[in-house]
Amino acid sequence: MPSDAGSIAAARRSVLRSVAGSWDFVLLVILAAVLFGAIGWIDNFAETITVTFLLLDVIPIALMATALTLVIVTGEIDLSVASILGLTSAVLGQLWLSGFPLEIAIALCVLLGAVLGAVNGLFVAGLGLPSLAVTIGTLALYRGLAYVVLGDRAVADFPFEWTTRAISTIGDTGIPVAVLPVIGLALLFGVTLHATPIGRALYAIGNNADTARFSGISVSWTKFWTFVASGVMSSLAGIFWTFRYASARADNGLGLELAVVAAVLLGGVSIFGGRGNLIGVLAAVVLLATLQRTLQLASATDEVLNLVIGSLLILSVVVPNVVQMLRQRIRPTVLEGPTP
Amino acid sequence: MSATRTEPRESAMEPPEPTGKTRAARHVTVVRELGVVAVLVLLVAVTFATNSRFLSEQSVRDLLLGAAILVVLAAGQTLVIITRNVDLSVGSLVGLIAFGTGKLLVEYPGAPLVVAISVGMLAGAAFGALNGALVALAKVPALVITLGTLYIYRSIDHLWASGQQINAADMPPGFLDFGRSAGVLGIPWLAWIALVVVIIASFALHSFRSGRELYAIGSDPDAARLSGIPIGRRVFAVFAINGALAGLAGVLYAARYGTLDATVGTGLELEVVAAVVIGGVAIFGGSGTVYGAAVGAILLTTIDSALPVLHVDPFWQLAFVGLLILAAIGLDRLLSVRLTKRMKGRSAHAV
Repeated sequence: MPSDAGSIAAARRSVLRSVAGSWDFVLLVILAAVLFGAIGWIDNFAETITVTFLLLDVIPIALMATALTLVIVTGEIDLSVASILGLTSAVLGQLWLSGFPLEIAIALCVLLGAVLGAVNGLFVAGLGLPSLAVTIGTLALYRGLAYVVLGDRAVADFPFEWTTRAISTIGDTGIPVAVLPVIGLALLFGVTLHATPIGRALYAIGNNADTARFSGISVSWTKFWTFVASGVMSSLAGIFWTFRYASARADNGLGLELAVVAAVLLGGVSIFGGRGNLIGVLAAVVLLATLQRTLQLASATDEVLNLVIGSLLILSVVVPNVVQMLRQRIRPTVLEGPTP
Repeated sequence: MSATRTEPRESAMEPPEPTGKTRAARHVTVVRELGVVAVLVLLVAVTFATNSRFLSEQSVRDLLLGAAILVVLAAGQTLVIITRNVDLSVGSLVGLIAFGTGKLLVEYPGAPLVVAISVGMLAGAAFGALNGALVALAKVPALVITLGTLYIYRSIDHLWASGQQINAADMPPGFLDFGRSAGVLGIPWLAWIALVVVIIASFALHSFRSGRELYAIGSDPDAARLSGIPIGRRVFAVFAINGALAGLAGVLYAARYGTLDATVGTGLELEVVAAVVIGGVAIFGGSGTVYGAAVGAILLTTIDSALPVLHVDPFWQLAFVGLLILAAIGLDRLLSVRLTKRMKGRSAHAV
């Protein structure tokens, strides 16, 4: 009998695991359904221009969400991403006004992103302060500094070749050239997260920081570098944003942090850390952008989109728990480990 | 010398030690909150020295009016955060209820103030209860749930408003008067309401059994469950109360500004959390007071109005707020490290 009970428990575990693991699958199905629905019913959706704008919308969110995934997998959070985007944009504008060549200005902006991320990392990993509170603080601080740098001015006189470069497409495909480096970065992060010891360390920290520490992982340094990565990726998003809209403003990307967090969580990453993968996150980012484009073309307002984002976010976390609760009620057994 | 002092403690019962600990912990709370008060007083003093009109009747009234709404929200958010949760949907709720209040009063200009406030608070409580139900029943972290409802409540607001704006001219003058005029002792009605909210919330948190249980839930949920505290019910109630207070804040907003559209209260949630954190409420629950959070809210509002008087570029305002938050949580950390050291020192001494 014990082997019997054991096999039932094992079977239940595997079912649970497959349900949890299949969230990416659910997302991809929803994404496919939305895409086919849009192509079928929405005029002008299946045009290259739609693809272009859709992917241009995806890029900044994808950049920030990719790095934020690493942060959240370790059980921390970074709410300052959109403020780093704004500050980078403002600094880029100011450097251009001051006569810096754009190549140098961009390099300085990436460096700035690393420094801003390092400040977050220092507070969180170095001093052991709660990341939620720290990054609410730096959310205000970095956005505030953006206003200090640029005030309410806008810098819009960037050279034409740079602004067109940001939105230029690969031949007639409608796919923006800028997508290529983003895919490269996503691959880099994906491989790091899923196929290297660093990635395993991130999950280990998210599951249990103490255990990770005792297994020889440098928890503080690992967390520190995830925040630096988040800062760098947010600054890249800021640089792209600036050229894409040909406008450097202190309020660029204002409030975008919640959309990025929503995308990561919707992608199946657990807010407690230790669970989730990058494919789910990128699927969620593309899904959200597709929904937005579709609703816009269907001349629905952005508010419908917010309604959908909010509902999806809640459903994605509530449904698995409710299913599990019901299952436990039907056949009450002690489940192993913490519930997600 | 110390041997004579520790001698009575060698007895089996040895009660003074816990009181010592409690006193030390309370001491830290007092130091922490006095710190915020000191910053506030310093800021007001320096600003007043620069320009004495900063404390003129008019500008003090404006300051209180501005602070009142944030204080009400901070009081509610304190209850939530003490239980190791957070409610990010309050900004959207304020917007939704403010717009609803405007609609109500444009439709029924004769509606008494009590009705407007009650309807607003009840509606807010219903939305808060939805947050609470999702958090408590589905065992999902409040950050995720309320991020979701932040979007949902805001989009309901937008769909309802569908681009229209309610103008102050359409609102009953009596209601707007309530939002701006001074009441007893020359202090605006809004500030009185905020004060009453703070006193009640603080008293309940400090003296009611259920209030103490909120601290227990926040400092160690497992221990709280084992000691028989109905965590689900308490957390649900806290979210409903916070919703009601957000509803109240929405009504107050409508009264204060009169001009309402669907963007009202956007981003307010982070300001409220900032006020609470500055006021010394630990973001991971278990400690902090409503008074502290209220002072934090007043400090944030005062910074807003003091910086222009001090001839500081208004663009610095947000950066200052950020620095203040970082300083506040840094100070929390420092004090708690010292407290831990002290307690360890004491017990080592007693053994």
